[in-house]
Amino acid sequence: MIKYVERFGDYVLYVLEQIGWMATLLFKSLYAFAKPPYDLFAVVRQIHFIGARSLYVILVAGGFTGMVLALQFYNTLERFGSIDLLGSATALALVRELGPVMAALMVIGRAGSAMCAEIGIMRISEQIDALECMAIDPYRYLIAPKIIAGIISVPLLTSVFNVIGILGGYLVGVLIFGLSEGAYFDSMYAGVEWNDVEMGLYKSLVFGLILTWIATAKGYFLHLDRRGAYGAEGVSRTTTDAVVLSSITVLFGDYLIGALML
Amino acid sequence: MINRINIQIVVGFFVIFGLLAFAFLAVKLGGIGNLDHDHYTLKARFDSVSGLKQGADVEVAGVIVGKVQNISLDADEYESIVEISIPNDVKLQEDTIASVRSTGLIGGKFIKVSPGGSEELLQAGDEITETESSVSLEELISKYIFESEGDSK
Repeated sequence: MIKYVERFGDYVLYVLEQIGWMATLLFKSLYAFAKPPYDLFAVVRQIHFIGARSLYVILVAGGFTGMVLALQFYNTLERFGSIDLLGSATALALVRELGPVMAALMVIGRAGSAMCAEIGIMRISEQIDALECMAIDPYRYLIAPKIIAGIISVPLLTSVFNVIGILGGYLVGVLIFGLSEGAYFDSMYAGVEWNDVEMGLYKSLVFGLILTWIATAKGYFLHLDRRGAYGAEGVSRTTTDAVVLSSITVLFGDYLIGALML
Repeated sequence: MINRINIQIVVGFFVIFGLLAFAFLAVKLGGIGNLDHDHYTLKARFDSVSGLKQGADVEVAGVIVGKVQNISLDADEYESIVEISIPNDVKLQEDTIASVRSTGLIGGKFIKVSPGGSEELLQAGDEITETESSVSLEELISKYIFESEGDSK
């Protein structure tokens, strides 16, 4: 019996330790980035990787999410005879919840996993130690540009997702089901307030930070994994962990921000 | 160097594209930009504004001209005080009537402003004295049922 309690306590300590490593990583990289000279091109390159190259995934996902929303809302609203609400229902669902969450999940799947694997392989092949030997700060050189680029890219991708989703809803609601164009856009303009857009913006900023932070921290502290994460298997397991953990944190954070800001 | 320039072009387009999308959301959906610099605020007291929400529309002759800015309770009089914003070019008379109406059976509430015939105009911060509270459908139905029961006895 006491053995299980001991094991549980040990696990709690391990989790706390991990949170500590991750927090130091975040503060050290932000501090390293705040010191001149600024390496802005590194950030631009990461925005290209995290943001610009995720654009096509976001376009496809956003379009289909908006179309599915309009399809389902149309069938439900039709029963109550309030099809006029289709535009505002679709836009509110996208702007407040689905836009930030879906865009963050897409970026986790496309860029988060790649970042974690990249840094993890650099760790197991001792490239990070080599950087330290050459007196290059790995936080400044590797981690900070990714985190800054994530905070910049995810809100932009979310905005693109929302606009494409609204157009997808327009395609289904107006062009396929024959709702009037004015009814769709007017109810949208009337139903969505700045509060909603603001909430979506805060969510996407937080998600951009969370997903790059977890992906880079998991990869960077690969060697501290207690299960002995060395070699290809360790990288693959850590990448899976990073994707699962950041997805769950995004969904939990979505609820938390939603509950706090309502 | 060619590669470096390519990345910068792509990132530039991406950021412009993203900012345009955000500007659309903020200006068209969020209504940022048409702020209150050309509006004035009026107050109105109601017995009940049940169902009215902050940001609800204010209509004159069926045209949306403004929004409900704030709803608060006057704890001494047990009345609600509603602040509404009206554009400067819509002049309202002192005997204007403000009433809470709903857009349909399950629709949202809005404030209907019916202009009066007085010579005096309302200034910013003035109070509309003539108001009609929101009508509760349940109250109407129960009133009807109980009155008809009373008749039959």
